[in-house]
Amino acid sequence: MSTHLDALEARSIHILREAFACIEPLGMLWSIGKDSNALLWLARKAFFGRVPFPVAQLDTGMELPEVYEFRDRIAREWDLDLVIEHCPPESEMDPTLPPASRSAARKTAGLKNLTERHGFRGLIAGIRRDEQATRAKERVFSPRSSDNAWDVREQPPELWDQYKTEFPEGTHVRIHPLLHWTEMDIWRYTRREEIPVVPLYFARDGKRYRSLGEKNITLPIDSSASTIDEIIAELSETRTSERAGRTMDHEAEDAFERLRSSGYL
Amino acid sequence: MTAQPLDTEQSQAAPTQFRPADLRLVVVGHVDHGKSTLIGRFLHDTDSLPDGKLEEIKAISEKRGMPLEWSFVLDALQAERDQAVTIDITQIWLRTPRRDCVIIDAPGHREFLRNMVSGAASADAAVLVIDAGEGMREQSRRHAYLLNLLGLRQIVVAVNKMDLVGHDAGRFEEVRRSVEEFLAELGLTASAVVPVSARHGENLVNRSPEMPWYTGPTLLEMLDRFEPSAAPVEQPLRLPIQDVYKFDHRRILVGRVETGVLRVGDQLLFSPANRSARVATIEHWGPGQAPTEVRAGGTFGITLDEPLFVERGDIASHAENAPVLTNVFRASLFWIGRKPLAPGDSLTLKLATDRATVTVQSIDRVVDTQTLGGGDADRVRTNEVCEVTLRSREMLALDEHSTNPATGRCVLVDGFDTVAAGVINMRGYPDQRQLLTVKSTNIQEVDHLLNATTRAWRNGHHGAVIWFTGLSGAGKSTLAMRAEQRLFQRGFQTYVLDGDNVRHGLNADLGFTPDDRTENIRRVGEVASLFANAGLIVITSFISPYRADRERVRKAAGAAFHEIHIKADLAVCEQRDPKGLYRKARAGEIAEFTGISAPYEPPENPQLVVDTSRHNIEECLEQIMRYVESTIALRASGAA
Repeated sequence: MSTHLDALEARSIHILREAFACIEPLGMLWSIGKDSNALLWLARKAFFGRVPFPVAQLDTGMELPEVYEFRDRIAREWDLDLVIEHCPPESEMDPTLPPASRSAARKTAGLKNLTERHGFRGLIAGIRRDEQATRAKERVFSPRSSDNAWDVREQPPELWDQYKTEFPEGTHVRIHPLLHWTEMDIWRYTRREEIPVVPLYFARDGKRYRSLGEKNITLPIDSSASTIDEIIAELSETRTSERAGRTMDHEAEDAFERLRSSGYL
Repeated sequence: MTAQPLDTEQSQAAPTQFRPADLRLVVVGHVDHGKSTLIGRFLHDTDSLPDGKLEEIKAISEKRGMPLEWSFVLDALQAERDQAVTIDITQIWLRTPRRDCVIIDAPGHREFLRNMVSGAASADAAVLVIDAGEGMREQSRRHAYLLNLLGLRQIVVAVNKMDLVGHDAGRFEEVRRSVEEFLAELGLTASAVVPVSARHGENLVNRSPEMPWYTGPTLLEMLDRFEPSAAPVEQPLRLPIQDVYKFDHRRILVGRVETGVLRVGDQLLFSPANRSARVATIEHWGPGQAPTEVRAGGTFGITLDEPLFVERGDIASHAENAPVLTNVFRASLFWIGRKPLAPGDSLTLKLATDRATVTVQSIDRVVDTQTLGGGDADRVRTNEVCEVTLRSREMLALDEHSTNPATGRCVLVDGFDTVAAGVINMRGYPDQRQLLTVKSTNIQEVDHLLNATTRAWRNGHHGAVIWFTGLSGAGKSTLAMRAEQRLFQRGFQTYVLDGDNVRHGLNADLGFTPDDRTENIRRVGEVASLFANAGLIVITSFISPYRADRERVRKAAGAAFHEIHIKADLAVCEQRDPKGLYRKARAGEIAEFTGISAPYEPPENPQLVVDTSRHNIEECLEQIMRYVESTIALRASGAA
C-alpha cells in the first residue's frame, strides 16, 4: 500500500470535512475531468458514500460528446445532486481577450452566475498547484470578493490547517482539496481506487487527451497510452507541462493570471 | 500541440512506486539575499524544470534587457516580474536523487512576513539564505527566530553570493561564526553552513572549483540528509473532533488522528466534557476492508458504544495522558494583525478544531527578534513577537506545544482576519482536570434536619466564607487574626484558616507547584464551606493567586462566599517582606513565587477591596467589620 497516496487522501478528506463543517451553503464544481472525478470520489469517502452538497458543471455546450455521456451516467450511478449551469455566449465576453481566453471567460461568467443563483458561500474545486505557476500560489481556502475576484497579493495566512472560514457577507471562498496533488498522484490514485474516467484520456489512433477542455480549445497529444498503467509510464517520461494542450494558457505571458484574477478557476 | 515522443533520452529516474515521503522545504532569508535565484538555479541543476522553462526565462530576461534571471522561474506572476520581488509563497517540486522535495519559496520583504510564516509552518526543514557580503540582516534574524518559534529544527544555512566576495574563505568563516552564534542563542544548531553562489550554481548540486577550501556537503547532499517529520504515532492519542454525521442510522464522529494510534475497542476520554465511551466501530467507505486502527495523520470515522454528547472542537484521548484542561494559558504569539494588540482585547481562538473566545489578560513580554531581548510593553505591533496570557470563559482542552505541537498551537482571528499564530505553554498555571473529577462515584449526600436559617437565628449571623486573597506581605494574616479577634469579641462565631497553619496539617503533603497550589486551595475551600454550613464565619488567608481556583470555592460555598482583595503594590509587599520570602525569591532560592516568578490574578469583582498600602491596620479592620456587620450579621447593629 502506498503511504504517499494515503497521506494525500487523508489531507483531502480533512479539507472536505472542514469545508462541510464550517461553510454553508457549499457546492462542488465538477468539470468531469480526471481531477474532479477523483475529488468526487474523495467526497464520497469523506461522507461515507454520499456527496452531501450539489455538484455543479459549468456547461459551455462545447464539451466532447463522451464527456456528456460520462457526466449523465456517473450522476445517476452516484446519486449526485447535479446542477448544470449554462454559460453565457462568447459574444458577451470581453473582446480584447485572445480567442481561447474568451472561451474560458465564458466559464468565469457561468461560475459567477452559478454562485449568485445558489448563494454559495463555499465552492470546492479540483485545481492543483503543479498545474500552473499561478495556481501554485493558491491557498486551500481562498477568498473571493463579491465580484468573484482573486486578490493574489492579499491572501490570508494559512497555517497548521487553520483555514479561512470567516469572511464577509456577499463574498465566498474557493476550497481546493487537491492543491497538494500532482498529475501523477491523480493517476496513481485513480488506478488504485478504480475511479472511472472519461475514455478520451486513453489513446485512440495514436492520440489522447492529457487534459480535458472544450473541444474548440483543447488539443489531443500524440500518444499510444491506452491504459492507466501506460499513461503513468508515459508521464514519468514526459517533460512537457500538462496544460500545454490548453491554448489559452499560452496566448500571452499573463493571460492565465488575468483569467484567474477575474474569477477563473 | 506537438508530439511527445516516448523514447526521449531521459536521465531522470522514473519515480518509483514506493518512494520516500516528500520533504517540505522552506527557503527564508533577508530580501535580495537571493532566495528565489537559489531555488530557480537549484531546480535547473537538479533537472527538475519542465522542458521549455529555461527558454521561457531566457526570453523574458532578454525582453527586459537583463542577464539570465533565475528567480523568474518562480516569480510567475506578472506583477512580481515588474517589481522583482517575491510576493507570496510558491510551492514547487524538486527532485533529488533520494526523493521529491516540495519547495516553499518564502519572501523576505517585511510586509510579506505572514506569508513566510504560512510557508514555514508546514515545512519539515529550512534553508536560511544569507548574503556573504551583507551577512545577517534584520529579516535573517527574524526568520531564524520564527523558525525556532514554529518548532523547525532541521536548518541548513546557505551563505550566498560567494562569487561577489571573491570566494574568500575568511569572509565565509566570519559570516558562519556570526550566524552560528545567533542560532545558538535561540537554541538552534544549523546542520551545515554551506558557501554557495546560486547564480553560478556553485555548491548547490555541483561542487565549486572556486572554493576548494570547502570540504563540507553541498546543499543537495544536505537536503538528502534531512527527514520529513515522521507521523507522531508514539505520542499520546489526540483526536480533535471535526464533525458528527448522522446521514443514516449511524452517528459517526469524524476527524484526523493528530498523534498516537486509534483502535477499535479503545476507551476514549472526551475533553473538555471529561466523559468516556468506547470505540465500537471504525467506519469506512470504498474498496477494501474497514481498518481496525488509524495511525497519526489518518482520518477517521468512528461510532461509540454509548450515545455521548460530542461536538466539533472536542478532543478525544485515552484516559492516561489526557490533554490539559484550563481556561487560562500562556502563548508565544507572532502578531500579524494590522491593529496593535492590547490587554483586554477579545479574539477568536482556533485550536485544532475548536473555536473559543479568549481575552488577552496580559501582555507579559514583547520580544525584540534582533537582540533577542525582551521588554515590557502594553501594545504589540504588526510582525512583533510577544508572550501573552489568554483567558477563555469556557474550559479548553489543549497541550503545551513542547509536549504536543498539534494541540499546542493556535491561531487568533479578529473579525474576518487571522491576526496571530501562537504556541502554547502553561508556565505557572495548573491543569484543572482533577478539579472536575469526582473520584468516588458511590457517594450519596445525607440531608440535615437543621437548615441554615435555624443555625443563623441561633448565632445571630449567617455562615460565611470570607476569602482573603492578595500577594504575600499584603497583610492577609495580620488582618485575618485581628478580624477574628474583633468578631469574636462582638459575639460572632468565627475561625481563621491560615495558609501556613493548614500546610502543617491538612495539606502537609502539598508543595508549591501550580497543581499543588490548586489542590491546596481546593481543600481549604471545601473545609471552609463545611465550616460555613455549620454556621461559622470562616476567614481564610491564602494568596490564592488563580482566579479559577477562587471561582471553584465560590461554587462550593455558594452565596456564603465573600471575596475580599487584600491589596498592596508588589513593591510595598517586597519592602515589608515579613517572612524574608521575596529576598529568597529574588535570589532564585524559591521557584514559582507569586508576584516574582508566578502569576497573581487579582479578583475581577471582589465584594471588597482593602488597600493596605493606603490605610493603616485599624482603618482596614474597620472596613472589614463594617462589611461583615452589614452583610453577614442578621441585625444591622451587629450580634452583640
